[in-house]
Amino acid sequence: MKLVVAVIRSERLPDVLEELFKANIAGLTISRVHGHGGETERVETYRGTTVKMELTEKVRLDIGVSDHFVETTVQAILAGARTGDVGDGKIFVLPVERVVRIRTGEEDRAAVTPVGVPPD
Amino acid sequence: MPNPADTAWLLVATALVLLMTPALGFFYGGMVRAKNALNTLMMSFAALGFVGLAWALFGYSIAFGPSPLAHAFLRDVALDAKGTIPHLLFFGYQGTFAIITAALISGAIVERMRFGPYVAFITIWSLAVYAPVAKWVWGGGWLGRLGALDFAGGTVVHVNAAAAAVVCALVVGSRKDYARQAILPQNVPFTLLGAGLLWLGWFGFNAGSALGANAIAALAFVNTMLAPTATLVVWTMLDLMRTKKATAIGAATGIVVGLVAITPAAGFVGPMSAIAIGAIAAVPSYYALLYRARTRLDDSLDVVAAHGVGGCVGALLTGVFASQTWSGLETATGSLKQLGVQAVAVLATIAYSAAVTFVILKLVALASRLRSDVREEGLGMDFTQHGEEAYSRGEGAVLLLDRRGEQ
Repeated sequence: MKLVVAVIRSERLPDVLEELFKANIAGLTISRVHGHGGETERVETYRGTTVKMELTEKVRLDIGVSDHFVETTVQAILAGARTGDVGDGKIFVLPVERVVRIRTGEEDRAAVTPVGVPPD
Repeated sequence: MPNPADTAWLLVATALVLLMTPALGFFYGGMVRAKNALNTLMMSFAALGFVGLAWALFGYSIAFGPSPLAHAFLRDVALDAKGTIPHLLFFGYQGTFAIITAALISGAIVERMRFGPYVAFITIWSLAVYAPVAKWVWGGGWLGRLGALDFAGGTVVHVNAAAAAVVCALVVGSRKDYARQAILPQNVPFTLLGAGLLWLGWFGFNAGSALGANAIAALAFVNTMLAPTATLVVWTMLDLMRTKKATAIGAATGIVVGLVAITPAAGFVGPMSAIAIGAIAAVPSYYALLYRARTRLDDSLDVVAAHGVGGCVGALLTGVFASQTWSGLETATGSLKQLGVQAVAVLATIAYSAAVTFVILKLVALASRLRSDVREEGLGMDFTQHGEEAYSRGEGAVLLLDRRGEQ
């Protein structure tokens, strides 16, 4: 099993979700995060105070998948998140030691396989 | 000599109507996404400045001057009486109407139209569309002479703005996410706050249109209280019948529809008729709103369903329910003939407003593109148009010092 962590543009989230669901990836967690990734600076002005926003709002996706699903997941994220400009984000694929589904106690591959899909 | 009591009431009424434009900003601003909240509010606030100023320089003169330039730059608008109030106050009161009418259009093009072209559009629109239509009905123009009844602006304000809104939505085009993704309101309490403040301001709008502290003002005032009560109840019932839930945005919308519908009738009908108008008006607007969401027309905040449909229903029902007993006017009596005159006024306003709106948009588009590109729309209008965010947490913000100041 692997944990796919992706940091993407918040405004691309709906597109990424659409691609993931199309690829039958149903289990995921998202969080709103702030990050810095070398995008062009964003300058805002409030009553004469000009500030440079060093941190940009991003969305982080955490998706636990079985090994043969990693490539599908990565491709789905790429398809939804890429605009071609600096600041599109990153995808990290991490090894996972153990996964437990809380409801049933199922472990590992059975735990990351959606309900109703036979684990092959 | 101006009458002191009438003057006092119109001073208050003018302030109340002015408040309606920021209120509209909150009503609209609650219904867009967080990344467009400031831009949507600014579309209303900008009207206060640009349309207000245009009204002082030219608009009032076009609408109410003996000739289009007779009162330009407020020439001869002084403290002498116009009716029973100072002429200058009459000018100011009418100016608040011009401002809100232009701001109403913004609901059709939020979240995508660029700010500069928008401001240019509403400024020109207030002079080329609002002022002439106000003249037709209230400034001694042909619709007034024909006998069209429009107490406080159902046709001049609401039908007029809604016709412009349709054309704006069509010319500017849909939002890139429209009908592709769920677009949810960022702050429903803002929308309810806006609806509440609009209702408060509307007492100045309708009861102030009596242009005096008199019995007709009292009639318009109470009608303004009663009509939305009926609309709110019917709207809630329709909501309950359809989804078994009474929605808050539905309540806010119902209130506005009731206010729109009673506007043309406020000083001409009795209180029970006001309740009937409010109740009847809920139905077509409710279904127009449901229908619109299934079409390609991205009239984003439903200017047409609320102000267009509500305004038409109100204008037509004025021709049915107008009562000489209440209005004291022989000319204000419901009849088939009056209904016909009302329909002529509505149709003429829609035709003129739609046609001239189209021309103005095309002219503005020659100077500057009307809408944001896809990337800017994705980032949101607050940052791309105003360089600010509605809900900035300031994390990671670095203060930039003014280099010239350092030296």
